[in-house]
Amino acid sequence: MDTAFYTDLLIPALNRGLIMSIKLIIPSGILGLMLGIVVGTLRTFGHPVLRKAANGYTAVFRGTPLVVQLFMLYFGLPNLGIYLDAYSAAVVGFILCSSAYHSEYIRGGLLSIKHGQVLAAQSMGFSTFKTMCHIIVPQAVRRALPGCGNEIIYLIKYSSLAYIITCIELTGEGKIIATRYFRFTEVFMVIGCYYLVLVTFVTAGLHKLEEKLQIPGFGTIG
Amino acid sequence: MNETLFAILEALPYLLQGALVTIGIVIGAMGLGLIMGVHMAAGQVYGNRAVRRIVGLYVWFFRGVPILVLLFLFYFGLFALIGLNLSAFSASVLVLGMTTAAYQSQIFRGAIQSLPQGQLKAARALGMSDLTAIITVILPQALRLSIPGWSNEYSIILKDSALAFVLGTSEIMARSHFVASRTYHHLPLYMTAGCLYFILTWIGVQALLKLESKVRIPGYTR
Amino acid sequence: MTQGQGPILRVENICKMLGGKKILNSVSLSLNKGELKVLIGPSGAGKSTLLQCINFLIPPDRGQVWLEGTEVQHHRKRDLYALRQQIGMIFQDFNLFDHLNALENVSIALRKVKKMGRSAARERALAQLEQVGLGDKITLYPAELSGGQKQRVSIARALAMDPKIMLLDEPTSALDPELIGEVLSVIRDLARGGMTMILATHQIGFARTLADEVLFMEDGRIIEQGPPAELLAPNARTRSRDFCSKLDELYEENL
Ligand SMILES: Nc1ncnc2c1ncn2[C@@H]1O[C@H](COP(=O)(O)OP(=O)(O)O)[C@@H](O)[C@H]1O
Ligand SMILES: [Mg+2]
Repeated sequence: MDTAFYTDLLIPALNRGLIMSIKLIIPSGILGLMLGIVVGTLRTFGHPVLRKAANGYTAVFRGTPLVVQLFMLYFGLPNLGIYLDAYSAAVVGFILCSSAYHSEYIRGGLLSIKHGQVLAAQSMGFSTFKTMCHIIVPQAVRRALPGCGNEIIYLIKYSSLAYIITCIELTGEGKIIATRYFRFTEVFMVIGCYYLVLVTFVTAGLHKLEEKLQIPGFGTIG
Repeated sequence: MNETLFAILEALPYLLQGALVTIGIVIGAMGLGLIMGVHMAAGQVYGNRAVRRIVGLYVWFFRGVPILVLLFLFYFGLFALIGLNLSAFSASVLVLGMTTAAYQSQIFRGAIQSLPQGQLKAARALGMSDLTAIITVILPQALRLSIPGWSNEYSIILKDSALAFVLGTSEIMARSHFVASRTYHHLPLYMTAGCLYFILTWIGVQALLKLESKVRIPGYTR
Repeated sequence: MTQGQGPILRVENICKMLGGKKILNSVSLSLNKGELKVLIGPSGAGKSTLLQCINFLIPPDRGQVWLEGTEVQHHRKRDLYALRQQIGMIFQDFNLFDHLNALENVSIALRKVKKMGRSAARERALAQLEQVGLGDKITLYPAELSGGQKQRVSIARALAMDPKIMLLDEPTSALDPELIGEVLSVIRDLARGGMTMILATHQIGFARTLADEVLFMEDGRIIEQGPPAELLAPNARTRSRDFCSKLDELYEENL
């Protein structure tokens, strides 16, 4: 066991990769969720034409593999004269794909709210906007949270696909070293640990958030 | 435009052969996942502490590490380490199968736990052993309830199978990338690949819906 | 305000089509301050639709609503919201906000619609909940309350807005028999306190003792109206009387 391989080579490289991964995950996570909320709302309350479009969007991005989407963005768009660097292509791909999945949970959350809630609010003089803000969204968010949280976990893991389109993040940095020194088992074990820590950490955080927002009658966590 | 169409038509038979490989991976992985998942679920619900612990750890690991990392870890590392010399295809099936086993076990576990306690009690009261009761009474009900979750898992594994191309498995993604790099018709070829995945998802989901209604127990609503 | 002797609420010629069917066929009614009018009639007669047309939760196709002598311009959003603040509504299935506890259910409209301060709204809500006998349940969520308690919270929620009129749509129909009493007693107190109300109900006995007037509705029209003593007298030959004795029979069978 040579510790130098780890301390001098592997760990610094993986840490560098981790930072890149985080740079991919955070904007994709936030923007993906925001776009997902928009798409989910359109799919539920939108004008019929917009609703159709948003449904089609969701079907396409949920029905095809993320790699295919990334390849289209990175290798395919140049056919149309559009050039994205690897990082941008990855982030755009992650945002588009995860928003499609988020929209599904948002839609479910919105649909789960009974019409009576709206009637009761309006009977007291709530405007449509206020009904949305104070009654519908707080309930829909709670219903959608477990699903959206799961989607964030998926995003963390699928951020590893960025390496395939040459955006070298955690998995990519590891792959380079593993190939050069031919030490696959150790290197990928360590990479696995990085992801496990990341995923476990975020899962716990999301659980805490769910617990904090927990209300009787909104399902139990466990 | 015509040139593009021609390129797609020319590549289509080649891509369709890739679709057969993809189907092979998915069937293999889903089958392996089914067998492992059922056992793990039973272990997690009815097993002793040690069994529950081990299953829990397995699930935590395979759900926390990206598929891409698992593919590299097992194909280049662990399989070789234990003297297994596998083809890329077999390795893809095994890794995807072990991964979906973790997810499937949780689908089955949820289904088993959603059954009323009285079912097992009634079976025991008839003198059945626990094993017989699980096989003849619990699983037939739990598996039926699991079909929607299983259908979801199918479409996820189908899309994940596109990652097998990083090991050199010659499935849809690998073939479309190969042709694309030859002909420079990247976008059209990846779109074709996307369509193939879309169609395969649709066929599988429809088939499982058929299955669900075919094995439905009259009057049975959880 | 000087509205003289005129009615506090006047509804004229309300018509409503839904799903190609005439649900309300030119319904008119008026309500004086402090009056309790009871709306009875078979299911599907249009009682809920009528009540919801009065505060424009369902916009009527035709007809006018006057509140304190002023015609409501429901196309003006501001007027509409103002109207609804002055008309409290109680729903058959409560419609408490599921994500808010009892106290927040009562205070949210005070804060967000009436723009009351947090502590003032809280105090008002607390007083209102105490009035309906729920002072010790304020932190419970709807999922933790019994049906009767839910309906009392919803009454407190409506009362907190200081409405001039209350519309109650079968407030006890979704309740188990043993819980009906607690809600009726709150409504009785309101009536005795002089609240102006329209109450749709199947509780005929209750209606008989408290109502100033009974409105009998069928097929989207009010076909009979008058004091309960006249309309529901044992020897009265009215549709209302028939309907009520059928309800009474049903009630006795179930006992
Ligand atoms: N949105 C709607 N579309 C079509 N028909 C409706 C709608 N809402 C109510 N109705 C019909 O209107 C009639 C009156 O309903 P309602 O006012 O709820 O009656 P009540 O409260 O007296 O039982 C019923 O026949 C009902 O089926
Ligand atoms: Mg009704």
